[in-house]
Amino acid sequence: MKRFNTFRRIIRTGLLNFVRNAWLAVAAIAVMVVTLTIVLFSIVANATFSNTIAQINDKINISVYLKDTVTEKQRVDLMNHLKTLPNVKDVSYVSKTDALSQYRADNANNQSLLQAISETGNPLPASVRIDPVDTSKIQDIKSFLDEPQNKALQDPQAGTSYSGDRKAAIDKITHATDILQRVGVASVAVFAFISMLIIFNTIQMAIFNRRDELTIMRLLGATTWYIRGPFVVESVLYGIIAALASIAIVDAVFITAASALQASSLGLLDIAYANNYFHQEFWRLLGLQLAVGVLIGALSSVIATRRYLKFKTSK
Amino acid sequence: MILLDRVTKVYNRKSTALDRISLHVEPKEFVIVVGQSGSGKTTLLRLLTREEKPTSGKIVIGGVDYDKLKDKDIPLLRRKIGVVFQDFKLLPNKNVFENVAFALEIVGMGNREIRHTVPRVLDIVNLKGKEKNMPFELSGGERQRVAIARAIVRQPKILIADEPTGNLDPKHAWDVIRVLEKINHYGTTVLLTTHNQEIVNRLKRRVITIEGGRVASDRANASYGNL
Repeated sequence: MKRFNTFRRIIRTGLLNFVRNAWLAVAAIAVMVVTLTIVLFSIVANATFSNTIAQINDKINISVYLKDTVTEKQRVDLMNHLKTLPNVKDVSYVSKTDALSQYRADNANNQSLLQAISETGNPLPASVRIDPVDTSKIQDIKSFLDEPQNKALQDPQAGTSYSGDRKAAIDKITHATDILQRVGVASVAVFAFISMLIIFNTIQMAIFNRRDELTIMRLLGATTWYIRGPFVVESVLYGIIAALASIAIVDAVFITAASALQASSLGLLDIAYANNYFHQEFWRLLGLQLAVGVLIGALSSVIATRRYLKFKTSK
Repeated sequence: MILLDRVTKVYNRKSTALDRISLHVEPKEFVIVVGQSGSGKTTLLRLLTREEKPTSGKIVIGGVDYDKLKDKDIPLLRRKIGVVFQDFKLLPNKNVFENVAFALEIVGMGNREIRHTVPRVLDIVNLKGKEKNMPFELSGGERQRVAIARAIVRQPKILIADEPTGNLDPKHAWDVIRVLEKINHYGTTVLLTTHNQEIVNRLKRRVITIEGGRVASDRANASYGNL
């Protein structure tokens, strides 16, 4: 019962102080909104870029064209061997017949090409398609394929397709996303730090206004948490308000962007995916924002009140 | 109830506030501490409430050895000691009732019990009917009695009053002293510091005189004349 009374009083005093310090709180909340909005944007952008890269990566594969003389056993051996390589996700076989029907399907509208191919029998080589796990590290696959006994199986005229041109572009994208992620993390850290400083300041001003009261409370035997609690409640409230505001802002940005741009993507930024991701993960993102806001608020108020609550230790 | 053994407090090298003070106060005693300004009286009281730590020496109050007292237990200690401060230390934006209730809120008492307890204590200090007044609307003596009400509302075993009559005219000063005697009569150990010669002479209690941070005399039934 005593604990309940105390808990209730801490909450009540915290809410009361929040209302009293409303204008002081605006600054703290505003900077927290900025912080949390950046956090949110970083998360959504990160997910979107990862998705884009994953999509492009899926399209990267290596095709090894085989000589017509390669036996079934040689081909199976080669495929089994490839499967043991650490960077190989999947190996599939495209037979001559498959290649032909694929070619026919691809060129269904081009009668002369179709005709040319039916006159010469089936000139298309069979191939083995390799899907790498990590497209930036296909070097080991390449060197395996270049080993003489493997090279001997390959059609010298067709060469090996590495989707090389695409790979260079993908490397650039990956690099850019890496930098974006780092910039995101750094700016989140900087703004989190600034918002903590401003909350410190807000709480310290509130403490300064009430320092006589705090001294008296201390002398009358109030515990540390009885005095500190209301300040923590107050700043946790900043965090909650800021989290809700940042979610609302980002939501509004997506709604406006979707209707104003009339496009599903801006260069690399796939807005449709980002929007979708945001709404699918809404509750988790909201939870995360609340958690970050509450954490920043609680942490900074605990630190801000520390030195006012210390007992004299000097002798 | 209160035991000090060779307690010394040095603020800096030049000034020694207390110099090897030894005291023993029995439960339910009424002790007056006299001494000029700067003699070390207030330092003594601040050591008892653990606002200060002694430079050396031992303090034991109500069985609590201050050397072994952890920071987190200081609030619990202070709840057992009622203190009336020289400058009252009332909360200016709370009325009389709220100021007294404040001491009970801190220890987690329920609102109903607070509403029941506070008027009884205000009655003891003769402040019935002033519940709604703000501190600035009260006279010095009334404020002092609010401070006393706040100090005794938790029924402490020890009441420390630091010059509670310092700013009062004789009539109000006696009102305050009567309240302290009443509380002592109910079983609380009272430690009172004062400058007021007349009060010392008429109370006829144990008087401890402090001079230059030392106990100059410690007599029962003392009066100012035979210090």
